[in-house]
Amino acid sequence: MASVALPMVASAPDSRQALGMRLGILQRQRSIIPGFGVTMGITVFALSVIVLIPLSAVFITSAGLGWDGFAATAFSRRALAAYRLSFGAAAAAAAINAVFGLITAWVLVRYDFTGKRLVSALVDLPFALPTAVAGIALTALYAPNGWIGRWLAPLGIDIGFTPRGVVVALIFVGLPFVVRTVEPVLADLGADVEEAAATLGASRLQTFVHVILPAISPALLTGCALAFARAVGEYGSVIFIAGNMPFRSEIAPLLIVVQLEQYNTGGATAIAATMLVISFVLLFGINLLQGWQRRLRTT
Amino acid sequence: MHHIIALAVAIVLAVPTLAAGAPVALLNASYDPTRELYKDINAGFAADWKARTGTDVVINQSHGGSGKQARSVIDGLEADVVTLALAYDIDEIARRGKLLPLNWQTRLPYNAAPYYSTIVFLVRKGNPKGIRDWDDLVKPGVKVITPNPKTSGGARWNFLAAWGYAQKKYGSPAAAQAYVTKLFRNVPVLDSGARGATVSFAERGLGDVLISWENEALLASRELGADRFEIVVPSVSIRAEPPVAVIDKVADRHGTRAVAEAYLRYLYTPAAQEIIARDGYRPRDRAVAARYANRFPDVQLFEIDRNFGGWQKAQARFFADGGIFDMIYTGE
Repeated sequence: MASVALPMVASAPDSRQALGMRLGILQRQRSIIPGFGVTMGITVFALSVIVLIPLSAVFITSAGLGWDGFAATAFSRRALAAYRLSFGAAAAAAAINAVFGLITAWVLVRYDFTGKRLVSALVDLPFALPTAVAGIALTALYAPNGWIGRWLAPLGIDIGFTPRGVVVALIFVGLPFVVRTVEPVLADLGADVEEAAATLGASRLQTFVHVILPAISPALLTGCALAFARAVGEYGSVIFIAGNMPFRSEIAPLLIVVQLEQYNTGGATAIAATMLVISFVLLFGINLLQGWQRRLRTT
Repeated sequence: MHHIIALAVAIVLAVPTLAAGAPVALLNASYDPTRELYKDINAGFAADWKARTGTDVVINQSHGGSGKQARSVIDGLEADVVTLALAYDIDEIARRGKLLPLNWQTRLPYNAAPYYSTIVFLVRKGNPKGIRDWDDLVKPGVKVITPNPKTSGGARWNFLAAWGYAQKKYGSPAAAQAYVTKLFRNVPVLDSGARGATVSFAERGLGDVLISWENEALLASRELGADRFEIVVPSVSIRAEPPVAVIDKVADRHGTRAVAEAYLRYLYTPAAQEIIARDGYRPRDRAVAARYANRFPDVQLFEIDRNFGGWQKAQARFFADGGIFDMIYTGE
């Protein structure tokens, strides 16, 4: 009897499972959480109003130039040098922030010390400070007669009014992005994971490389991407310290301002559109990388 | 009895307000170095207007790079009057924004520039590099601070003064181009505006000489210490005329044309000319000019219209994309 019942029992859930799966697919298409239609509608609307419409205005205005006019402004030798500086300095600053931001987040999460809240508040300061104020302060520090600059100048290290100065300013504005994105993930990770690794015989370096880094790397990457994106478009803090010499320390946003000063809105938007495309490709690439990382961790 | 007193009080209170009307507000969009000048001028005009008409007038100021201010007005900044660094910027408001007639410069005396200035050198105390004239700026080892002509009106006057000198001395445009190329090889930093360049030179200690508006050089040596800087007036320079204009369409919409026009005409009065001279700008009024003669030494001046064919031509030839200034850096 049992031998008869068993296939019956087995076959019933089978068919029910198949049905359920089919229902499940249907349900998943509708989504288990209600309100998809409304929230998606709001998302599309908000993105359109806040992001897409202003950005498409940039492309439409620049399209008015025609291809030759667009290329003449957007791909001139001078503009290419400016993109190289803007994106190169932003990448360098993001890389440096990855290291120091991670260490800062680590200190803030893992240790208790007096003045911790003060340090934590200091991290956010670059967010709050008007960028021009940051630029003027950094220039005063790193100019050849500045507090720091005067000690570096005799060693032949110029920071103020060189591309290095641009990197310094971008490190300043980008630091909070890395710290604040890594911090919660690091806190979630908990010390017990490290303790477990230690009991299994992992060295400190092994624990860091094989346990901690894989867990926080998506957040670290997000922080770097944010810092990078912010740095690419940064104008206020950079303009004072850069020196603004064509082909050497001239950032791409300055070229946009130069075009506007000549009442050439088309030329300005041509450079802006080029920057947008490069930024979008880079950020999209980082997103893909994160997705790949996440899949790597879950499998 | 009480009613009568109340009525009397009401009448006493009401009469002046009726006569005075609501205070009128004007917005003056100006360029960077004129903050100090217009603070003094506005106080003078408000008192003068009140004395003549009994009406209060409040003048609000907006300052920024000359080109940026012009663009803001074109884009809708509700300025009743503009007082900018060069005629080109007001031309553009007329051409692109169509907010005032193209012949605006003929509506007031002296090309609508109630004051002028010129381009001089500011050097460090004792003039250690021995800078006397334009040729000293291209010597090896001399570092020159001047803002970027692409973004600064003042820098365009600097550039044209240098060009005028070289063209006069060496005789050909090619030689003048060689001169300005050498000059800009000596420029370590291109600030985006005149005030920024002054800060780089005076506060950051950059460079041996600052090419500057005369009024800005006077202000820098007054504010930052006469013991630190000296002004050197070159053998020739340019007449830098920062013009003024009523923005007709805005003033008519605000109903402020009369007071706006009176404001600009006030700039030509002896009282205003005195303020102008005190703040370091060269006055047009001969009597005032005579009183300040030792402050503003005589110097032979090029004219933008006579020597360069006006701003439209100068802009296209020197400062537009691919123009002579760009060639210094692209070498094309």
